[in-house]
Amino acid sequence: MADHAMTIERKGAERRPFSAWQRLSVNRNWLGFWFMLPAMTFLILFLAYPLGLGVWLSFTDARVGRAGVFIGLENYEWLMGDSNFWLVVFNTLFYTSIASIVKFAVGLYLALLLNERLPFKAMIRALVLIPFIVPTVLSAIAFWWIYDSQFSIVSWALRNLGLIEGNVNFLGDTWNARWSVIFANVWRGIPFIAITLLAGLQTVSPSLYEAATIDGANSWQRFRFITYPLLTPIIAVVMTFSVLFTFTDFQLIWVLTRGGPVNATHLMATLSYQRAILGGNLGEGAAISTAMIPFLFAAIMISWFGLQRRAWQQGENNE
Amino acid sequence: MSEITRTRIMDSAGSVGKADLSEGMSFLESVPRRLVTLYLPLGIICFVLLFPFYWMALTAIKPDEQLLDLNRYNPLWTWNPTFRHFEKLLFETQYPRWLWNTMIVAMAATTLSITSSVFAAYAIVRLRYKGAQWVGGLIFMAYLVPPSILFIPLSTVVFQYGLFDSPLALILTYPTILIPFSTWLLMGYFKTIPFELEECALIDGASRWQILTKIILPLAIPGLISAFIFCFTLCWNEFIYALTFLSSTQHKTVPVAIVNEFVDGDIYRWGSLMAGALAGSLPLVILYAFFVEHYVSAMTGAVKE
Repeated sequence: MADHAMTIERKGAERRPFSAWQRLSVNRNWLGFWFMLPAMTFLILFLAYPLGLGVWLSFTDARVGRAGVFIGLENYEWLMGDSNFWLVVFNTLFYTSIASIVKFAVGLYLALLLNERLPFKAMIRALVLIPFIVPTVLSAIAFWWIYDSQFSIVSWALRNLGLIEGNVNFLGDTWNARWSVIFANVWRGIPFIAITLLAGLQTVSPSLYEAATIDGANSWQRFRFITYPLLTPIIAVVMTFSVLFTFTDFQLIWVLTRGGPVNATHLMATLSYQRAILGGNLGEGAAISTAMIPFLFAAIMISWFGLQRRAWQQGENNE
Repeated sequence: MSEITRTRIMDSAGSVGKADLSEGMSFLESVPRRLVTLYLPLGIICFVLLFPFYWMALTAIKPDEQLLDLNRYNPLWTWNPTFRHFEKLLFETQYPRWLWNTMIVAMAATTLSITSSVFAAYAIVRLRYKGAQWVGGLIFMAYLVPPSILFIPLSTVVFQYGLFDSPLALILTYPTILIPFSTWLLMGYFKTIPFELEECALIDGASRWQILTKIILPLAIPGLISAFIFCFTLCWNEFIYALTFLSSTQHKTVPVAIVNEFVDGDIYRWGSLMAGALAGSLPLVILYAFFVEHYVSAMTGAVKE
């Protein structure tokens, strides 16, 4: 027995020691580095570097085709005194908050409806998702036509129902335009929220609802004390994304109004595009983009921690 | 930790519940009640969600004179559809070219992203090199950086690298949107593949590369399809980079071309505009129709993690 072990040991000793290359090729960190290389190259060259560069540009007076010099906070000071900028900040906050709240409410409602027993459920779910599949710009063009000042189908329908006299000027009037773009955004965002929340709802056991019903809970109580608490983690994630992408929305506004009428629908993203790319003031545009970052950060923090902590506390209390 | 166990318990309870509760509490609800509380609101929401597409399709096949006369013709239907708008689109504009550009850019960017994501996700989940947790977190943060705050600095970067007005600019910048998403999604898929399979392969002397290509990838095919379709859709949908980095007409992608090349003062443009929008959405809708389940799992998978 001992002999046998020794022969094996001797054989092992006779074998050439592993070369540096062989040892390296099983080293986790070394392999990990090479595996991460392609993804990291992309993310550093085209994400991290531009992100830093954007902050730097906001402190310079760079213009298209000309590298700028450092001018400190001048761009920001100029924006502080610009009443247009503040109007745009108001628009963005208004747009984001209203659209997110409505999207969430209708999305959750739709998810609850789809969670019921339904014939052709899979087909309905597939149809509901279509607005999310179709590129935003293309569906925005359909909305542009629906909102046309002369040939709008909505105006036509309301006129024929006898509700209004003339055509509604959807995109020409300040507040009409704001509500119109919000509606289009909500329309685009509902499917995502509904389908992801539906996925969350499907993990909630029906026996919980049964037990609650036997205890005499009505449908609101069942929602409030079973569905909502169990859904909060997923709501937090979904709403973080929703708020983030609504806040930085560009496509819809650009197609529908280009920020008009009289800047009523300009968002921070569209304003930065207008000033940086069309106007050529890269520095100023970068300052507007950079000014979005704290707002985004706040939005993420609120929806993340606000909802997450509550879910965690409830989890702690229950267990 | 507790959350994971809780959802697991939920999962098992849910599947058991579904099995023996096929009727559930449905006896509590009468048909008229369901009609009002369920079918009616569902019908209204579905109508609102789908109407713009109906309107888009109808406008695309209506003759011009019917489009602009809402009183003489019923605007909600047409009895003499025409394909003139599509003809105009195909033979009088560069639409096929734009469609081709979009396709090439989307395919190339998606392929690049999925390849690099597969490596990154595998390394984070299975190689677990030093700091893998942190890198995973950073990639998630990258997912939260929206293109609309990056396009200004990126335009100077693209200019510096000499990529301006070339499809390569899009092919190389789109992965920044796609990689974080697909890495995150694939990490979730790779985690579900049993570790033991890999251990066996390692003992049998397989290299990491062999493990990845012979064991992990075949098992992760549903995840790869999900990631692929979702990335492809995101590419097709992207607008702001394409708008900023491309200037010549023949290089544009469909969304940008429609907005910039079709939109002029002509009131008779509506038909071809809608035809263009319809033709631009159709490839995605067809793709989606074949892979609905993958699509949904991509969407929910990325959020659930």
